[in-house]
Amino acid sequence: MDRPLRLITTNPVDQLARTLEALLVVASAPLSVKELAQAADDDPERIETALGLLSDRYREGRSGIVLERVAGGYAFRASREAAVACGRLFERPVERGLSQAAMETLAIVAYLGPCSRPEIARIRGVAADSAVAGLLERGLIAEAGRDDGPGGAVRYRTTALFERVFGLESASALPRLDDLGETAAEIRERLHSVAVGKTA
Amino acid sequence: MSAHELELDLDAFEGPFDLLLTLVLREELEPGEVDVAAIVVAFVERLSRPCPAAPPAGQSPVPATPQERERDEWDLDVCGEFLVLISALLELKARALFPDEEAELAELEPEEAAEELARRLAEYRRMKEGAAWLSERLGAERDRFFRVGPAPLAPQPQRTLEPQDPERLGAVLRALAEPPSQLSLAHMSLRLPPVSRFLERFRAVLRRRTRFDLDAEIGDLPRMEQAVAFLALLELRKTGEIALDQPAPFAPIRVSRPARPWPAAAPAGQSPAPPKPDSAGGAPAGGPYSHTDPPAYAPPAAPQKHADGDEQETHLANERSAEWTVRSA
Repeated sequence: MDRPLRLITTNPVDQLARTLEALLVVASAPLSVKELAQAADDDPERIETALGLLSDRYREGRSGIVLERVAGGYAFRASREAAVACGRLFERPVERGLSQAAMETLAIVAYLGPCSRPEIARIRGVAADSAVAGLLERGLIAEAGRDDGPGGAVRYRTTALFERVFGLESASALPRLDDLGETAAEIRERLHSVAVGKTA
Repeated sequence: MSAHELELDLDAFEGPFDLLLTLVLREELEPGEVDVAAIVVAFVERLSRPCPAAPPAGQSPVPATPQERERDEWDLDVCGEFLVLISALLELKARALFPDEEAELAELEPEEAAEELARRLAEYRRMKEGAAWLSERLGAERDRFFRVGPAPLAPQPQRTLEPQDPERLGAVLRALAEPPSQLSLAHMSLRLPPVSRFLERFRAVLRRRTRFDLDAEIGDLPRMEQAVAFLALLELRKTGEIALDQPAPFAPIRVSRPARPWPAAAPAGQSPAPPKPDSAGGAPAGGPYSHTDPPAYAPPAAPQKHADGDEQETHLANERSAEWTVRSA
């Protein structure tokens, strides 16, 4: 009796997994481990374990519902094999007709954000107003404060919806853009020769 | 066909090229919105057509006869014209895009400018790569369906409004619906008592008494009448019928018979007032702050009634000066 009494857990992981399942069904935005732990009133480590259980249960090829790690949390989505049927039921207006300008603007905001319209225009060489407005309307970017100083321009960042639409676990899941090395050097050289030729 | 008639179909604009230029010049269209490259592409496409199709306006400078020979000529003209126009547009656009950088870049040495430009181009290339990756990703993720939007059972954010009373709203609306009251024009036609009335009155008082306090005499009158009374007082002082005495700025004004009577102004049949002033007040006539010689400024010791009865203003002035003293202390 000198050994401490070992508590038999009254809430086995399987029961916790069922709770998380329910939470993920009622929520339509991804839930982080922290949020799940708060709602389930349980330990984050046990939440991770239960999520592992669920991920195995809800995976492609096994279930029509798939648990995925996206936008900094966990969310259910339809399995890819059901995509055609889902497509007949729903349209996906969010990403329909994203023009090249919108894509470039989105890339700039995703990689360099938060950034303002003038900064985007500076990089693209074209005013970004309509592209920014379109992305805002689709909910892929959102306002995130203003530039410092008086009359600072509004800054934009990408939203959780952006990460969901593009299936990114988080913003840091964007691939590193390799430096263009050779190409940049080539451009530089070409410009240099022009500049020198002009002054000579 | 000339460069002006080039039909354009851009994101920001659809129509002939010269209308685009007009709009840009009139500042109805942002040059930054115009895709210059698309205009160039449209122009080149137009040129590459073997034969210019009948221009829309039907007023082509190209005669219908031997077109092959003509084309070479207008190609050169039109291309030159186009080049001038498009470069002007490009410059406008560049200015519109980088208004404050112009000076900054102008100061750069050509090598530095090239360096800066290369840096920007490289940055843009990287972003284009990023955009390409995103496009590809979007294509690959097209078969992922998920629910978006607020959860059906998510608590709605409550807008907390003060408890409202519909009766009060009604009362406010009624008050707003009320026709505005007639504007009063009363102040446009002030009825002022004549100065002469006060002249008579002050003379009469000074016949009975050697001196009096101005406030005691006119303090009860409306402000405008006090002003008229003050005018009368100044008038009397000017003609030498009275002497004025004020121990300090804003102190009560005392009116007395003049120490040295003005014979001409003395009322007929009235013996001139004795030169000796009434000693009851204790102050000698023509005290240190007689109105004839302006006093050096001395701040009032305490809020006192202003000569024209504007007590409030005096108060404010005093408070202000007190405040100022505290601040500067």
